[in-house]
Amino acid sequence: MSERGGPGVKGKGDGPESTGTGSTPEKAALAFEAAGVKTMPALTEDDLRALDRDLDARVFGAMQSISIRYLLLVGFLGSVVAFGAFAFGWQIYKGIGVAGINRPVFWGFYIASFVFWIGISHAGTLVSAILRVLKVEWRMPLTRAAEAMTLFALMIGGLFPIIHLGRNWRFYWMIPVPNERGLWPNFRSALMWDLLAILTYITASSLFLLLPLIPDLATARDRTRGLRRRIYGLLSFGWRGTQQQWHRLHVAMRVFTIVVIPIAVSVHTIVSWDFGMTLVEGWRSTVFGPYFVIGAIYSGMAALVTVLVLVRRSLQLEDYVTLRHFDRLGKVLLAVSVIWFYMFWAGFLTDWYGGSTVAKLIQHEHLVGHSAVLFWTMMVVNVLVPFLFLWFRRVRTSMTAMLVISLLVNVGMWIERFLIVTSPGINSLSYNWGSYTPQWPEIAIATATFAAFALLYVLFSKALPLISLWEVKEGWRVDRWRREGLVEAESDVPSLTTGATAVTGATATATTAAATAGSRGGAT
Amino acid sequence: MVACLAENNVGIVGEEEAAMGRAQHWIRIERYWDEGEYPEARAQFVPVMCQQCGNAPCEPVCPVFASVHSEDGLNSQVYNRCIGTRYCAHNCPYKARVFNFFAPQFPSPLEQQLNPDVTVRSVGIMEKCTFCVQRIRRVREQARVEDRPIADGEIMPACVQTCPPGALVFGDAGDPDSQVSRLMASRRGIRLLEAFNTEPSVVYLKREGGLDV
Repeated sequence: MSERGGPGVKGKGDGPESTGTGSTPEKAALAFEAAGVKTMPALTEDDLRALDRDLDARVFGAMQSISIRYLLLVGFLGSVVAFGAFAFGWQIYKGIGVAGINRPVFWGFYIASFVFWIGISHAGTLVSAILRVLKVEWRMPLTRAAEAMTLFALMIGGLFPIIHLGRNWRFYWMIPVPNERGLWPNFRSALMWDLLAILTYITASSLFLLLPLIPDLATARDRTRGLRRRIYGLLSFGWRGTQQQWHRLHVAMRVFTIVVIPIAVSVHTIVSWDFGMTLVEGWRSTVFGPYFVIGAIYSGMAALVTVLVLVRRSLQLEDYVTLRHFDRLGKVLLAVSVIWFYMFWAGFLTDWYGGSTVAKLIQHEHLVGHSAVLFWTMMVVNVLVPFLFLWFRRVRTSMTAMLVISLLVNVGMWIERFLIVTSPGINSLSYNWGSYTPQWPEIAIATATFAAFALLYVLFSKALPLISLWEVKEGWRVDRWRREGLVEAESDVPSLTTGATAVTGATATATTAAATAGSRGGAT
Repeated sequence: MVACLAENNVGIVGEEEAAMGRAQHWIRIERYWDEGEYPEARAQFVPVMCQQCGNAPCEPVCPVFASVHSEDGLNSQVYNRCIGTRYCAHNCPYKARVFNFFAPQFPSPLEQQLNPDVTVRSVGIMEKCTFCVQRIRRVREQARVEDRPIADGEIMPACVQTCPPGALVFGDAGDPDSQVSRLMASRRGIRLLEAFNTEPSVVYLKREGGLDV
């Protein structure tokens, strides 16, 4: 907060930050509105350039300095990951039996974690793609963090089905390539659909992360020397910021944004079909597809809030990821929470009313039996807590409250997956009932993946800008033109950045107002 | 059960593992009590092995074709294709499939009597009752060599062979004159969990106090 960009910038972000967490709610709300885009004082092009410089300095400054605390954090996370790797090695050496799974609970921690991480990965697609399609401007500082989250969560989630295999070293037998065994995989199996869906999603989300990174990578290239410069240069694909390049980037982003949404929805539907398509009582259900998708969005949004609170604080990005963002995210979280409960209830009531003895016994266990503690914890943290607290702006704009709520939601969502995955403990032949207790390798590996996720994020924050610089800058300009009456809405500026070479320039500042106005005039 | 273990090289998991639900039995005697307390309540029992379903739920879910239908109607488990997803075991309503959580153990002197006709399975793969497919194959080959049809009752899985009162009968359901076909036609015949439409090949004969295969 101490280093302000320039004159005329003071109003932005300052108000809610200083008053939003303290004093009276009325005052906070007022200050909050005052910081909103609509009533912000008009910025001149000079102000914008100063803002640009400030943003660049802050983001790249954070990328280039490595503190002792950072190294300690990396070391700590790295060692947790290493221990998880050791547990995995131990499991391969001794046999999958070191995990707590048994007959009839053949799937356990690993599959619950798998579904959980695939769920987390939906944050990126949702926040970034859906908000892009809807041209929601407040998304801009959040998109990069969300897209990176998608990719990392997928990388981790995709590991779990392999860790879970009885013969992990043979996992590639599922990959459909011509082979010496003369065998093609069985495409009737939902696990094959899963494999293909996740590989597609990883490909799409990598590209979705990379495409809007290109201009920022070019900026990074221009600001670094030596090896780093060479690497950034390679990754930015010779970006020069010409009119044609901007045009192509925008076209590509438009196509990708549309394409990635159905991919994301289908991926989690297919994950749910691993369960929904079976004969297993408690699993087979037609509501599982949409129920899992909304659950994924729910946990993904919550994880995004967690990550944003932490990133915002550790990288001092309070001016860019503002309380307004948390306010909006809190509203989305509340809405998704209610939809999730509706979906849950739709499935639960059908099972209850439907009269299948086994399904009812499973529900009985959840409500008052062995899994009651887990079940009611889930209900409280997933439904009650968000519903009681997220109505209030004061809660939505309190970093501590949002951190706690988002973490609780993810605990609840993890429990939800765990309860689903282990429900075959009760099945049609009561002689074969069983229960499941996780063993240390499962816990170690599951913990390690959380550390791995944090580690990937921590490393990412040093390698690449965690905020989409050019989109934020673009947003500022759209905002300014709108207030000057040059444009009515963002939809009126289809080729906004056409001709804007600024973002990649050595000074990384914006183009002149005249140049952009001219090119915009030509386009509209 | 013991005959099955010996015939099919089923690993011994030990007491502790069995308590976790990891016993490897391919056939098990499931005991169900009637309502009430012991002296009044009677136990019913039913031997359950792989039902060799005609419409087997374990088959479509395997991503690597380890669980497949053979031309003579068995559900075969191809051990060396299995990668251990355990999806088939979940989708089996009879929970007839057992998994090698560790490499199988044969405490001495059991390792001296392994059946050379049956693969010893490795760690991390699924296995289940095969209807003693090795015995079926041997009789079929013998009959082919001697150029004659297979006689009724000539093929005997280990459990059928050792059952003293002859409660288990094995035969060709496609032959209307075989003993098993006649028994299956009985009004007493039921199949386990028929609501799942798995078309099991195992038929139980309802009777006061017990069930026959």
